[in-house]
Amino acid sequence: MRQYAEKLGRATVSGLEELGYALSLFVESFYWIFFGYRRGQSVSIAATFKQMMQVGVAAIPISAALSFAVGIMLAIQGIHTLKAFGAESQVVVGIALSVTREFAPLIIGILIAGRSGSAIAARVGTMQVSQEIDALQVIGISPVRYLVAPALLAMMVMVPTLTFFADIVGMLGGAFFSVLELNISMEAYVDRTIKALTVDDILQGIWKSIVFAIIIAVVGFINGFSVTGGAEGVGKATTRSVVQAISLIIVADMAFTFYLNH
Amino acid sequence: MTTTKKISSEPVIEVQDLVAHYGSREVLHGINLSIHDGEIMVIMGGSGSGKSTVLRHMLGLNTPSSGAVKLLGQDITRITSKEIDILRRNIGVSFQGGALFNSMTVGENIILPLREHTQLDEKTMQIMCRMKLELVSLAGFEDLMPAQLSGGMVKRAALARAIIMDPKLLFFDEPSAGLDPVVSAELDELILRIRQAMKTTIVVVTHELDSTFRIADRITVLDEGNVLMVGTVDEVRNSKNKRIMDLLGRRVREIKIDAEEYLNRLTGEQVRETG
Repeated sequence: MRQYAEKLGRATVSGLEELGYALSLFVESFYWIFFGYRRGQSVSIAATFKQMMQVGVAAIPISAALSFAVGIMLAIQGIHTLKAFGAESQVVVGIALSVTREFAPLIIGILIAGRSGSAIAARVGTMQVSQEIDALQVIGISPVRYLVAPALLAMMVMVPTLTFFADIVGMLGGAFFSVLELNISMEAYVDRTIKALTVDDILQGIWKSIVFAIIIAVVGFINGFSVTGGAEGVGKATTRSVVQAISLIIVADMAFTFYLNH
Repeated sequence: MTTTKKISSEPVIEVQDLVAHYGSREVLHGINLSIHDGEIMVIMGGSGSGKSTVLRHMLGLNTPSSGAVKLLGQDITRITSKEIDILRRNIGVSFQGGALFNSMTVGENIILPLREHTQLDEKTMQIMCRMKLELVSLAGFEDLMPAQLSGGMVKRAALARAIIMDPKLLFFDEPSAGLDPVVSAELDELILRIRQAMKTTIVVVTHELDSTFRIADRITVLDEGNVLMVGTVDEVRNSKNKRIMDLLGRRVREIKIDAEEYLNRLTGEQVRETG
């Protein structure tokens, strides 16, 4: 019994430690972003743009494909469900709201966690193993300023941007199927979508995606920085960062949805 | 910038009563060291002696449980991170595996400290980079990626990066690790040449005896987290201390063999008290 209590206690402490580390990483990044220039160590704009290309621009094709598919999937399910009430044409509203409020941020969050969160963990983990992080430190370059801040900033800009993009492509996917299935015109579909949507719906998705961006970046870096034990350690950290980021995204999504709709 | 006094009696590196833990295990039990201006100090010891840990503390990469580490008169365990960053411009480090940034060319690696800490124009930085590459006999290699270099070349490139800011203190972690004897001897020559050219104070952490005797002015021998002795090459060679003789003679530590205990270990039974 006591053994279990001890285990639980230890797990709680290490969990809290990690949470504290995450918070300090986040705060320190913003310190460098806003006040770095005062110490003559500004966050590199070039590095931030490079990250933006990798996180955002390079992910456009896959984001488009996934959100288009999700749009179609929602249209199929929506029409099937609403048929029972003879209200198939209401599917437009269903797609518009569920894509902007829920599916676009979630799909993009999960995609970027798998694509860029893992890349962060692997890159930083490898740097940790080969003492490149130590080298940065002894050169007098803060790893948080040099590595974390640009990636975090890039994530916080690109994940919402991709989410907005996914909003549009997702609704297009839904429209594509509904127009064919329900014999309505594209204009009518677009018109009804615009009537159904409020700015609030879109913003709800965008806010969520910013939170997801922070989760992905911070989880990736924490796992990368804590790598020990060579190549195997890097592999473990990479997997761990993806699983943790996706789990946290889903839980945060639920909490966020609850909070925003009460 | 701080000006160091050229009085050799004034230590530029001072470690005082350094105690360090990994988790709950104490790995350094009160280390005292002082290293003078322009001297080459080799910190020697077997694996697990704590020599790498001492180095990490001297570089400010680990925080000690107690004690002080003074570099150029400043206690790095007490000063702010801003002050440490400024101090670090006077420090160069050559890591065991080189620790070159794999995503940058050799030239970019070497220039990085200049780019981050100075306002020099690109041309000047390029020239300084080539000067250091000449010094380590790697001229013309600045556009290669670190992955394209051999082990010895990586170490030399890392050394070029370490000295690009003309540091007052230069640290080496296992310079000969993973190199063949010839390349390793060349690197030792290079270390001596740099000291001569730049009057740098150099600290080398190694377990290589040949290399130690070639380059050291003084040697600190560490064993299980304690300083066994500090002395010149001859003093260490002629030491009558049993552990030091063991280290020099490459003899293994004596292991008492107890037949019954050995049998128990093999069969996996609990070790009984031997009385």
